[in-house]
Amino acid sequence: MKNEMKKLIVTSVLFTLVTGVLFGLVYPLVTTAIASVAFPKQANGSLVYDAQGSVIGSHLIGQAFVGDSYFHGRPSAAGAGYDAGSSGGSNLGPTNKALLTRVDQAVAAEGAGAPIDLVTTSGSGLDPDITPAAAMFQVERVAKARKLSADAVRTLVEAHVTQRQMGLLGEPRVNVLELNLALDKASH
Amino acid sequence: MTLNGWAQIALFFALLLVLTRPIGLFMTAVFERRKTFLDPLLLPVERLLYRVTGINPEEEMHWSIYLVAMLMFSAATLFLTYAIERLQGHLPWNPQHLAAVAPDLAWNTAISFTTNTNWQSYTPETTMSYLTQMLGLATHNFWSAAVGIALAVAFIRGIARREMKTLGNFWVDITRALLWVLAPLSLLFALALVSQGVVQNLKPYDSAKLVQPQSVTGADGKVSTVTTQTIAQGPVASQEAIKMLGTNGGGFFNANSAHPFENPTPLTNLLQMLAIFLIPAGLTVVLGEMTKSPRHGWAVFGAMSVLWFAGVAATYWAEAQPNPLLRGADQHVSATQSGGNMEGKEVRFGIANTALFATITTDASCGAVNGMHDSFSPIGGMMPLLNMMLGEVVFGGVGAGLYGMLIFVIMAVFIAGLMVGRTPEYLGKKIEAYDIQMSMLYLLIFPLLILGFTAIAVLSPKLGLSSLTNQGPHGLSEILYAYTSATANNGSAFMGLNANTHWFNTTLGLAMFCGRFLMLIPMLAVAGNLAAKKSVPATAGTFPVTTPMFATLLVGVILIVSLLTFFPVLSLGPILEHLLMHAGRSF
Repeated sequence: MKNEMKKLIVTSVLFTLVTGVLFGLVYPLVTTAIASVAFPKQANGSLVYDAQGSVIGSHLIGQAFVGDSYFHGRPSAAGAGYDAGSSGGSNLGPTNKALLTRVDQAVAAEGAGAPIDLVTTSGSGLDPDITPAAAMFQVERVAKARKLSADAVRTLVEAHVTQRQMGLLGEPRVNVLELNLALDKASH
Repeated sequence: MTLNGWAQIALFFALLLVLTRPIGLFMTAVFERRKTFLDPLLLPVERLLYRVTGINPEEEMHWSIYLVAMLMFSAATLFLTYAIERLQGHLPWNPQHLAAVAPDLAWNTAISFTTNTNWQSYTPETTMSYLTQMLGLATHNFWSAAVGIALAVAFIRGIARREMKTLGNFWVDITRALLWVLAPLSLLFALALVSQGVVQNLKPYDSAKLVQPQSVTGADGKVSTVTTQTIAQGPVASQEAIKMLGTNGGGFFNANSAHPFENPTPLTNLLQMLAIFLIPAGLTVVLGEMTKSPRHGWAVFGAMSVLWFAGVAATYWAEAQPNPLLRGADQHVSATQSGGNMEGKEVRFGIANTALFATITTDASCGAVNGMHDSFSPIGGMMPLLNMMLGEVVFGGVGAGLYGMLIFVIMAVFIAGLMVGRTPEYLGKKIEAYDIQMSMLYLLIFPLLILGFTAIAVLSPKLGLSSLTNQGPHGLSEILYAYTSATANNGSAFMGLNANTHWFNTTLGLAMFCGRFLMLIPMLAVAGNLAAKKSVPATAGTFPVTTPMFATLLVGVILIVSLLTFFPVLSLGPILEHLLMHAGRSF
């Protein structure tokens, strides 16, 4: 019995070490190698570059926008706001006064009748998207601030609506960073 | 609620139904050591592994040896992870130069990942180095999942075997689970995730120049201008794949599967949900095949499906409702927005996919989240809690779900036997006093841990209440959720609770440990006892376990046992909050 226990301990340790190397190092490193060849852009964060070649964000990660001349994304609970080094939600419950006050303030800033996604924080705090309703809600304000026609801005929004994947999956959405970059381009 | 939402839920179930039988038949062949198409590639690896580690694959183990081997192995992996966490500052692949993890947190995390719980009291991207995530944490996603599958297979053998003293070989079972099932599925799934945008690299975090610099007011009231955004990176896809397939659920990032780098598109979301249920669903087929009663496997699958559907329907309904306390915002569903309760949810998933994900992740003991459960409506948040309180048997964790369910099956057969006044039989085995005692022990440890720890925490302002983000009945829900999640080895959280305290790290660690290992002992004892029994031929008086009637009885037993135990505490938490919310109260 004592010998049997000793054997079990030795096997446990050896098995842990060997499979640890196999699944803790070989597997992720092989995946990294294949991914970097097959999908280099995605594997590195779907980054967005400016004309000079410096990183200005990621297609998948939201950024904060304020003022009248940009489309606003959703409020963010990640760090001080859209901190992609510290993701997370507000975790405020539905009956929490802090939530109700915060949403009321956001509604006051965005305007009465603002779509709910525009005045609530996302789960990640990095949501890159708003609903088409939330984008349309902001068209008049942005058009006025940019001295563009509302129709031109509306057309721009419509061109940036991502429909449901394969016509079925998920919800229609607008990527705020991409829309605002296109807006900057259209204004120049 | 929308037609499209229901269509997405229906699509998920249709795909699961299609995949269940093939994966189940494949796993049956793997664990009966029959020929599979992967043999030419994997047999040499298997043989080499046995030779290096000194395993005799032909050795059969008594249930107690099987148990001891499992405990020894779990202990070895536990200590390895603890060591890596404590030493990460001196180890490679730490581009952010993160320091050693504090002892109580390192201990909690090591237990958490060893027990397949993946409770996380920390923010990963600011706490764990790439090496710790790969070698210390993702490895556990493989190991603990393989252990779960092995235990389920051992339990099935206990039912299937006649007058035998052994349940198989633990080492062979986990080796085959690792090499044949988890490794190939993970590699394929990881690459599919990368193609959609999940990151997979070892580079330092990126710094992006913001399109519009932001002024930020710090905690000290000083206003500063932020011009860059730090973008966390890492070997995410490889961990994400096994996190789902192994029903582990521990996120690479704090936001888990809500983070766009973990779950960037609706398609990755669908695949992740399928990955959670794939192996647990397949194991019902393994049960049917190995016990030579395929229809029994499907009856169990049916009972699980009914409970799953009830959960998702209730959650979807609750989350699609507007919050009556929020006035001024437009919460109605339309063609251009999903409406409903969007706090803590991502736009790309909307209401339906978040409700579906929350149900699946708490049915199975996965614990990954694609939205913040703490911000769900009271009833929407109660459903994930209730799913866990059923004992993680609705498909459940890989392996753990099936053996948990089989304990309920034994109870159902026993109750049916009482009703007709005959000695209950299960697939030709007489169910006797010892089996029922051990099964009851399994079923009682669970609520004892949850309710006991919760009671202590809510009675103590210093230990429990000081960690709350939300007050009123929601505060009770936060603490209750934490202990339920830990004991059920789920790992999801009402994340408003600050669990990174000595009290919570210690007690949640204890709950996770007992919820896994203490419950395994009676479970394996039942399996060993069943294997030794003679087979009795079925007669006209035998209660058939292959019919819809049996599935209905099984669902009934699960609901009665769980609801009788937990309804009082639920009525003081989420149910009370629901009533108060509609009466206009806030906290």
